[in-house]
Amino acid sequence: MKVDFSAVGLKVGLECHQQLATKEKLFCACKPDLFKGEPEITFLRRLRPTQSELGQTDPAAYFEFLKGVKILYEADSKTSCLVEMDEEPPHELNREALETALLVSLMTSAEPVDEVHVMRKVVIDGSNTTGFQRTCVVGMNGSIVVDGKTVPIQHISLEEDAARKTGADGLTVRYRIDRLCVPLIEVTTGPVIYSPEEARKVAYAIGRILRATRRVKRGIGTIRQDLNVSISDGALIEIKGVQELDLISQIVEFEVQRQLSLLSIRDELKKRGLSEDEIRDDSADVTSDLAKTGCRVIQKAIGQGKKVFAVKLPKFSGLLGKELIPNLRLGTEMADRARFWGRVGGIIHSDEIASYGLAEDELCLIKRILKVEQQDAFVLVADTEENAFDALRAVTERAREALKGVPEETRGSNPDGTTRYMRPRPGAARMYPETDVPPITISKDYVSRLRSQLPEPLEKTVERLIKKYGLNEKLARQLQDSEYVAVFDELVERTKVSPTFIAATLTETFKALKRDGVEVDKVTDDQLIGVFELLGLEKTSKEAIPEIITWLTKNESSSPSEAIKALGLSIISEQELSNVVDEIIRNNEDAVRTKGEGALGFLMGVVMKKYRGKVKPDQVNAVLKERLSKLKKKSLH
Amino acid sequence: MNESLSGYKGRVLDVLVKSKVQVGDLIRINKGDITYEGILIPRSELGDDKHIVIKIRSGYNIGVEVTEETKVTKIGVEKAPAFTPPALPAQKPGLPKVSIISTGGTIASRVDYRTGAVRPAISASDLYSIVPELSDVAAIDTQILFSVFSEDLTPKHWSKLAVTVAEHISQGVDGVVVTHGTDTMGYTAAALSFALRNLPVPVVLVGAQRSEDRPSSDAASNLIGAVSAAAKAPFAEVVVAMHETISDESIVLHRGTKVRKLHTSRRDAFKTVNAQPIAKVLDGQIVKLTDDYLKRDKEKSLILQPKFEEKVALIKFYPGMDSKIIDWHVEAGYKGIIIEGTGLGHVRQAIFHSIKKAIEKGVLVAMASQCIWGRVNMNVYTTGRDLVAMGVVPLQDMLAETALVKIMWILGQTQDKEKAKDLLATNLAYEISSRTVDTN
Ligand SMILES: [Zn+2]
Repeated sequence: MKVDFSAVGLKVGLECHQQLATKEKLFCACKPDLFKGEPEITFLRRLRPTQSELGQTDPAAYFEFLKGVKILYEADSKTSCLVEMDEEPPHELNREALETALLVSLMTSAEPVDEVHVMRKVVIDGSNTTGFQRTCVVGMNGSIVVDGKTVPIQHISLEEDAARKTGADGLTVRYRIDRLCVPLIEVTTGPVIYSPEEARKVAYAIGRILRATRRVKRGIGTIRQDLNVSISDGALIEIKGVQELDLISQIVEFEVQRQLSLLSIRDELKKRGLSEDEIRDDSADVTSDLAKTGCRVIQKAIGQGKKVFAVKLPKFSGLLGKELIPNLRLGTEMADRARFWGRVGGIIHSDEIASYGLAEDELCLIKRILKVEQQDAFVLVADTEENAFDALRAVTERAREALKGVPEETRGSNPDGTTRYMRPRPGAARMYPETDVPPITISKDYVSRLRSQLPEPLEKTVERLIKKYGLNEKLARQLQDSEYVAVFDELVERTKVSPTFIAATLTETFKALKRDGVEVDKVTDDQLIGVFELLGLEKTSKEAIPEIITWLTKNESSSPSEAIKALGLSIISEQELSNVVDEIIRNNEDAVRTKGEGALGFLMGVVMKKYRGKVKPDQVNAVLKERLSKLKKKSLH
Repeated sequence: MNESLSGYKGRVLDVLVKSKVQVGDLIRINKGDITYEGILIPRSELGDDKHIVIKIRSGYNIGVEVTEETKVTKIGVEKAPAFTPPALPAQKPGLPKVSIISTGGTIASRVDYRTGAVRPAISASDLYSIVPELSDVAAIDTQILFSVFSEDLTPKHWSKLAVTVAEHISQGVDGVVVTHGTDTMGYTAAALSFALRNLPVPVVLVGAQRSEDRPSSDAASNLIGAVSAAAKAPFAEVVVAMHETISDESIVLHRGTKVRKLHTSRRDAFKTVNAQPIAKVLDGQIVKLTDDYLKRDKEKSLILQPKFEEKVALIKFYPGMDSKIIDWHVEAGYKGIIIEGTGLGHVRQAIFHSIKKAIEKGVLVAMASQCIWGRVNMNVYTTGRDLVAMGVVPLQDMLAETALVKIMWILGQTQDKEKAKDLLATNLAYEISSRTVDTN
């Protein structure tokens, strides 16, 4: 489907979140690290939606509270203290993080605020132990230029990262609080991006500015984009947690397509003459009618004492199974809602019922009970009565929304660029002051001092990389866009390795390794320096680098010398090399005899095949040449 | 103090007054070529007199410095929120009656997201609407007695509180809940334990370690636990109801004379020292942790003795302590001194003469231990034996804070020194136990 994005009125705004590489977390002295394995500490909490003066509560949050949702938090004592556990008030705002946010403000021509006020943004899905996220605006009204167009930057904010969800079990949701309170910088653009490609470019441009500070974390999960996407006749959809910048244009494209598909479903429903009050919540208990069913899913549920309920969706026949975007149907959207509101595993709808193994007479019976006619659809749910009831209510609610068009919601991004329902969009941000953290005055002196030491803008970086290090332009650009531009200078300065080789390793080699599933991000700056230092000292060879890097990703706290040892990739001594060469010549006497010096290439291949990474090709070449010429002389005598 | 410009002072206040704006107004601030728009927010009392705080459209607050060139104009009024309480849950018939008396620690509140103000909710209907679970537990009546921080409460407040609790009990309620700031809740619990004897129904003090405006607050669950205990606990004693652990699971009921705040900030800051808690509330049920308690019995007639002598001091001994500290108290007319001694109940010999002089002048001097855990024993070392010989009363396993409250209460009831000394050493409200079992 080719879409004219300006014709459909596409508008995209970005919120880029980037973790900062500070020594401590935003409001406590814990290291901003994650832990693996079993948690040392667990505790159970409930979050009670607070009422505002207006008497409003967030409906999704209130619903979860009423259902008795509990949160099991997991922690370990290295990465969390009482602050993250909400057992101690926050300490003062981390000044290192604040300075980075101010730098970013200045680099995006935003005006730093005179006094920073930390706010509490109410979030009660459990991702924050407090029930709110601490956040503050540091700079306002900035702009960046992308492809000649000025993109306004509304805010530069500093906020704490949330806990990460590690699972759910019935009404208990599990969160790990190691990531909680890790400093995040948020850059918010105005909703003035008009094409998917432009969205991607703006995200890259912001990423470059953030990396230019040399103070941000790198690796999976350290940068996350929220996209606010709308089209004229559709709705504003908030898509959360995009980690791969290259996915952005695909996600936006899919979202436009999804909204257009939903609009065409709306038009079809209107054409069929559906009115909202025709969609009734009344569901029927069909457990006994399916008691002997051959459908495995239902059989199993009934066996567990669960019940089967069915609801009619009038005039929806054929529309539930219609693909909105690849792998996403209206039926999928209903199933997502049913899972969220009804805690069920899924739903069965009439457009796909053929694959479920229900007998013809069972279908007839259900249709008769629900009074389903030609154009109608129906949905089945097998679960406890309460869950099934909530699930089918969510399904009929979604059906009514289909008649109106696109419902406003918060969606999560999938790795293939599609999205899934997360929750209804919360109302206006509910923020109130964090009185436990005193406001911070940003003095004019401090700002002008920072202004005088702004990091080099990345457009200048390319120029410098070419001039200073002799990189070609392509490599310089790749490096500039990589997460390693910050460490590159140090690598060159501290080691004697050629800048071009270092740059190529950090870009092309790493890209290739990533494609092969190596988690290159895990290698720390210190490890990288170590690797290139060893190379500079000729303790290892260029050919060995990919293997060393791969080994380090699997042995996180080890040193590069340990890697070399473990892999047997140390450069062998000259004496050893000469022994090796002698042995190889002996083993290939025939070839040497017949080809003489012409055997060099062949022998070189044999040595390299056997000792790749442990020997330097030039050296092998030299030794071989020397031996062959000696042999030649010998045979001449 | 200008209410409509709450917290602003100095030059900023002048600018705001001249600009005819007040908190809640939508204002524009011009500073050279920079313009800010937002709602004027109250300023914290601790803030300086150089910044105006506004809430910008995205909901964030920022502080804008006022300089010579700053111009403030009103561009509109954000409507003050009119609270429409959600429908109250249906009150179940035949539930026990519980009175909730508030002393200042707010236990429920609403946030005005417009200005950030947090308003306490204290009427019964407010409580029901914020903590709807309460309507399943008890029929509630509420009274605001004081609105003070718990560190500002004095023995006079304890007296008034004891009288008020007695009034509610005389009206036939099934239990009384007292909401209280946590800092001095242990002292008040001890005071009520002595002032309200022969209780027919339980009296439950409750507080919160996390402010009630946040979704993670322990206030609501502590309150539900406290009201449950007041409504249906089998005992009739003064207790403190707080989180048992850092999880939102059980609310533990500590005896008023044995409880101490042992952590500055954790939810489970309160612990029973040198004994077991009486019970806990788990999933709405009371789980007894001991069978040794005074039984609930509405036929019992309450003995109210609400007087406290304030001229009593709690003095913590430390290495090198100057004997003049004791002398000063004696000269200032103090009638009782609790010394928090080291270890089993010791102080340096250099202050012996001052202690002796105090006792000779008729001051009641008693010894508790700064170890918090364990029992005073003044027979083991000479120092202890010498102090006892002087007339210092060893207080066994009594908490020093409870001892202070007890001596205040005793001297409020009697002037007879010998009788007071006897009472001090006698167990009246579980403050002394004759045996300590290993509870770890
Ligand atoms: Zn921490």
